[in-house]
Amino acid sequence: MDRQTNPDRRMNLDIDWTSCQGHGLCAELLPEHITLDEWGYPLLDGTPVPARTVKRARRAAADCPVLALRLAPAQAG
Amino acid sequence: MTATFPDLYMSPRLLAPGAAPADLPTHHQRYGPLSHGDPEGVLRTVAESGLTGRGGAAFPTYRKLVSVAEAGRRSGRAPVVVANGAEGEPASRKDKTLLRLSPHLVLDGLQIAAHAVGAGEAYLGVEDGATWLESALAQRSGDPLPVTVVRLPKSFLSGQASALARYVSGGAALPAHPSPPVRERGVHRAPTLVQNVETLAHLALVARYGADWYRSAGTPAQPGSALCTVHVAGHEPRVTEAPYGLPLTRLLPLEDASAVLVGGYHGTWIPAREAAELTVDAGYLGAGVLAALPVGRCGLAETARVLRYLALQSAGQCGPCLNGLPRIATAFAALAAPGPQGTVRTDLARWSGLVEGRGACHHPDGTVRLVRSALTTFAAEADAHAHGHCTATDRTALLPVPQEA
Repeated sequence: MDRQTNPDRRMNLDIDWTSCQGHGLCAELLPEHITLDEWGYPLLDGTPVPARTVKRARRAAADCPVLALRLAPAQAG
Repeated sequence: MTATFPDLYMSPRLLAPGAAPADLPTHHQRYGPLSHGDPEGVLRTVAESGLTGRGGAAFPTYRKLVSVAEAGRRSGRAPVVVANGAEGEPASRKDKTLLRLSPHLVLDGLQIAAHAVGAGEAYLGVEDGATWLESALAQRSGDPLPVTVVRLPKSFLSGQASALARYVSGGAALPAHPSPPVRERGVHRAPTLVQNVETLAHLALVARYGADWYRSAGTPAQPGSALCTVHVAGHEPRVTEAPYGLPLTRLLPLEDASAVLVGGYHGTWIPAREAAELTVDAGYLGAGVLAALPVGRCGLAETARVLRYLALQSAGQCGPCLNGLPRIATAFAALAAPGPQGTVRTDLARWSGLVEGRGACHHPDGTVRLVRSALTTFAAEADAHAHGHCTATDRTALLPVPQEA
């Protein structure tokens, strides 16, 4: 199993709703996982971020102006 | 299959007979002395009892106690215990009634819980009656751990565990992101046990009389009893103790009811004919609110009033809740008024989906639960409204909503 598909390296997205102000940068940086609802707040697709996308997801989290996007290791299985 | 129903007239465990508040000598006379035992023994007895939380989630008390005790050992910090008497739910009166009639049962339970998790601080949070509880505390000279009474702001969410922990820590009574959980980092960043006051009262009796005694009421799957606030039109709300498994019809008359609200404002509407088949069950009971909507009253109008209140009670921190709940409340108010409905029902369905699961606390989830159950239970009434008429003959409000008072 290579690094790109290893399920142990998948990450889950999580939003701190008390911080999120709907800037929407996350949806631009990670459009396959995050869209915006009709009020401009992120809608997660609910699937883990695969290993090949984790780097971009980390950037999206780091670029959130209020650091409301978080990544946590996905549970195996 | 034959079912044996526990007797409604089980002797009340928690509430003082005659509705007279029990002072400390009366309390000791009624329940006998409290022995603290070793923490391991207490935890074992609680595990065997099957006691669950009475704040609404029915989480096993034993597991909560153990997780806080373990978080304390892991972090090297003595846990904090908070007795939750906030009862922000306007339709619930059971915690206020319990604290007024049997304060020492709650305070016994608070000491037991503190002992079981090795707590170094203890608080009791209430909206009302703080002075009365301070005088009750002053009578108790034998308590190992001093208890501080905290006066909470009146709001639907002040009893939410993270909001309560923040307020006790000196912050605002607002829910926080659920990670890390309060049980690991709560009051003053210490592992914190937040336990409903009724749960603590049951705990005080489990510690005295044991698991078998506790299980002598209720069903094998859901042992024990729970305090319920029962709303019947034309009567003051009544607080009564009911064993799990008791037929709902023994608690509130359903002959003249069209629907029943179970579990409070985050609960569900159930058609009366279905409710008549139910027993008291922790799965839907929430914090014990039961309200019978009489035939001839409009369930949509009742729900619209409650939704307006719930929208106003949003802490306003989380975008979906802040945007969605007022829209849902406004749409539901339109549904409650007879006349053309336009896209109201599809809007409600879409907005419900957009707020569900997208908040720091469960306020949006509970609100959506109420909306969906109302749309199902009162579907025929909503159709009548769409055709321009309401079948209700009596506009008297059933459910209490603070802002209207």
